[in-house]
Amino acid sequence: MVGSVSVKASQQGKVSAAVLNDKRYKLLEATMRRYGYQGHALIEALHTAQEAFGYLDDLTLRYIAQQLRLPYSKVYGVATFYNYFTLKPQGAHVCVVCLGTACYIKGARSLLDAVAERFGIKSGGTTPDGSLSLLTARCFGSCALAPVVTLDGELIGKVEPEQLLQRLQGLAQVAPSKEATQ
Amino acid sequence: MNGEELLHVMAQEQERARRFRHHLHVCTGTACQALNSESIAQALEVAAKAQGKQGEVSVKCVGCPGLCSLGPLVEVHSFVNGDHERSLYQFVRPEDASEIISHLDGEPVERLVTPLDQPFFTRQLKIVLENCGEIDPERIEDYIARGGYQALMKVLTEMTPSEVIDEITRSGLRGRGGAGFPTGLKWATVAKADPRRYPTYVPPGIQSQKFVICNGDEGDPGAFMDRSVMEGDPHRVLEGMIIAGYAVGANQGYIYVRAEYPLAVKRLRTAIRQAQRAGLLGNNIAGTAFSFNIDIRLGAGAFVCGEETALIASIEGGRGLPRPRPPYPAEYGLWGCPTLINNVETLANIAPIINKGASWFASIGTAKSKGTKVFALTGQVKNTGLIEVPMGITLREIVFDIGGGIPNGHKFKAVQTGGPSGGCIPEQYLDTPVDYESLTALGSIMGSGGLIVMDDSTDMVEVARFFMDFCMEESCGKCIPCRAGTAQIHHILTKFQTGRATERDLKLLEELCDVVKHASLCGLGQSAPNPVLSTLRYFRHEYEAKLRRDGAGYGYANGAAKERVTHS
Amino acid sequence: MSVVTLTINGQDVSARDDATVLQAAREAGIHIPVLCYLEGLSAVGACRLCLVEVAGVNRLLPACTTRVQEGMEVHTDTPRLQTYRRHIIELLFAERNHVCAVCVANGNCELQSLAIEVGMDHVRYDYVFPSLGMDLTHERFGLDHNRCILCTRCVRACDEIEGAHTLDVLGRGAKARIVTDLNMPWGESPTCTSCGKCAMACPTGAIFKQGSTVAEMVHHPEKLAFLKTARERREWRV
Repeated sequence: MVGSVSVKASQQGKVSAAVLNDKRYKLLEATMRRYGYQGHALIEALHTAQEAFGYLDDLTLRYIAQQLRLPYSKVYGVATFYNYFTLKPQGAHVCVVCLGTACYIKGARSLLDAVAERFGIKSGGTTPDGSLSLLTARCFGSCALAPVVTLDGELIGKVEPEQLLQRLQGLAQVAPSKEATQ
Repeated sequence: MNGEELLHVMAQEQERARRFRHHLHVCTGTACQALNSESIAQALEVAAKAQGKQGEVSVKCVGCPGLCSLGPLVEVHSFVNGDHERSLYQFVRPEDASEIISHLDGEPVERLVTPLDQPFFTRQLKIVLENCGEIDPERIEDYIARGGYQALMKVLTEMTPSEVIDEITRSGLRGRGGAGFPTGLKWATVAKADPRRYPTYVPPGIQSQKFVICNGDEGDPGAFMDRSVMEGDPHRVLEGMIIAGYAVGANQGYIYVRAEYPLAVKRLRTAIRQAQRAGLLGNNIAGTAFSFNIDIRLGAGAFVCGEETALIASIEGGRGLPRPRPPYPAEYGLWGCPTLINNVETLANIAPIINKGASWFASIGTAKSKGTKVFALTGQVKNTGLIEVPMGITLREIVFDIGGGIPNGHKFKAVQTGGPSGGCIPEQYLDTPVDYESLTALGSIMGSGGLIVMDDSTDMVEVARFFMDFCMEESCGKCIPCRAGTAQIHHILTKFQTGRATERDLKLLEELCDVVKHASLCGLGQSAPNPVLSTLRYFRHEYEAKLRRDGAGYGYANGAAKERVTHS
Repeated sequence: MSVVTLTINGQDVSARDDATVLQAAREAGIHIPVLCYLEGLSAVGACRLCLVEVAGVNRLLPACTTRVQEGMEVHTDTPRLQTYRRHIIELLFAERNHVCAVCVANGNCELQSLAIEVGMDHVRYDYVFPSLGMDLTHERFGLDHNRCILCTRCVRACDEIEGAHTLDVLGRGAKARIVTDLNMPWGESPTCTSCGKCAMACPTGAIFKQGSTVAEMVHHPEKLAFLKTARERREWRV
């Protein structure tokens, strides 16, 4: 098993005071304070952290565990149990394709395949230049607009593969991967 | 706020509303909002001002009126000479605003109007959704103007907790989350439960010996009933929870909402703040001795957290793993305390039952299933959206009258109810009345209310595989039959889809479904085989047609590349 | 505390009213197969091998978490239960890479013994053959995910008896795995006390002593029950 934490980091004691001046840590701190640093604040803290940092890195998980006085393994277990949390940084743009039943019947699969093919990434992946991440979701509850995708949080309904690719191309930094265009 | 002040606000609001001749309701549910409906509301206000009609036109952002497939929707209520006229505009764009405003006193804009006398509207009966599409969900005054919080006031000042429970019991209301457990019985169990029977571990700072949890973790793909209620009428959910808290003796409630519903979360937060400010939530509600607080907890993308013991584990901050029941949460729930868990729609039924009485509610529906049910109608059907129908209506009426039938010249094949826990119902049972028992007898379930229509182009084995893929991904992994069993069922179905399945696989599939159904720990695993079992029951020929007859085809494939032959 | 009487497989049994069906059966000498249950640890009802039939209840109930009741009529070994148990064991064998012939726990493995007990002569399911690693960074113990059945006995031993909570489970469903701290190599764990209770608890060859070879690893699950009574009741039942 290859650990994602270096030896050095694991031997480090408390998170250094320098990071605490980071405004994003203050947000996280505020959430934990609101729940009196009780263990049951873990999921709320993870939500705040992910919103502030975009993803949950080791330092953040370590910090939350220490502040809430929870075992590291429990924090890691919770962060990986829930789909909403991601431990990897996301691309500059995030495209989420809904794979709920209604979207599935109305062709969500072809949307996913189209994006995957054009940009050379699989679901859950990010382009090598870090410009686009492709994710899937279970249901946004906007089934009447099926198939739906969200692009950087904006919901787009009744979308066709061509139309979606155009939107993605339109986002300045997104360029098709070399392999896919060759 | 006490009862008198409540009536005062109500009168004030109604008076305010009478000042306008035209009321324009713009839907700002998630679906319409995605189509930019907020800018339509702005455009309408600008146009009204430009035409000098700002004094007679009120533009309001409302929750979902239901017909999402025609969105964005704008509904016009005109009060001219004591007459109330309604018209509904479909596919509205901001550019249409000035035309709509200029036609207010004349005939409606013909190219945009959609008839209100179509069966989609006339066949519905709205109790839970009566305010959705009528009130601005971000204004407590709007809710109060339509009689909101009257039920709470009645309960707090005129009824004892046991009288409230009696009323709910007599109404015959059953849980709308899927299983259909009688709500009154659940309340009575929590009310009776002794908080000292089991060791508790309530964290410091939380003052309650019992808890009420609103389950808003609407995880079924294809279902959005609870989302629409939380977005369109959040105060109704709060009112139901406070009444439940009073009835069972709890002082703290939690609403567990999916993080995927940001709009619902925002509106619930606003509603909680407003209710607190109005003294309808918090300490000494309406000047009585009763105190009740509500907190929101965000889900984080785990379907299993719709199961009540997993949901409790999640609120406690842990992995959402279910635990064996009994003991049930009613006796041993959140932090070891007696806990009432009701679904959003169940709680939304409480206020009307208190206001209009148990016998009124019990007069709607069938012998064993009372009231109405909200369904999210989606799939290969003309009118998609949110509907509320009385229990006992037939599936045919829902699909063909309300839903308008199958589009693009295709034929009806099946309707799927209950999401990944439910089953597919074929044409020959379309005249079955919709109630808990009838759907269960057909191998499906009422479920939380997703209704997905499938036409003759649908491959039923693929449908089963789609749902099994969902259950496999969502299995928490605690118990072996669900963790390993769903993965094996999915694998066998994949073999069917890739032409590698044999008679032996079909037999093993049936045996395995039986194991997973009866040996799994929680509802997720116990119901996971339903989509397979129901398609096997009604569409077995589709499975058989895919069988490979030469006996070859062993091997577990994770994608096409990884195929091995094993000695079994 | 009072005593209740019930029947298990037709045999009259009496037990304390706070006992579980499993405890009552064990005291009466009736065997019920278990994997995730271990005396001394909390019961989680996860492996579903101890499911029993109770007259008047239409669901199957796990014996390890179900309390006895007066007049209860329990059946622990019906043909239906035998079928389910065999399926469950087969599912476990197909799920990960259990190769007894090269396993440190060969001959001392609870999974292997259960396979024999349920009469598993072959596995009807296709093997999944997942690609899983092992962690050999700890100086005294090794963790082989290929042989892990996710019973969580090690997690509970580490948390409930030792108190370190170094181990937990990451991910979910078939992708779940035992994790040390923040998914770091076990040898670098700042919390592990190297007490070895996880190795005592493990029913298979997933957690083993470094240096043990085929069939050499003997677990000592009974020591956990010993520790528990010693710590909580100050009674040393040697």
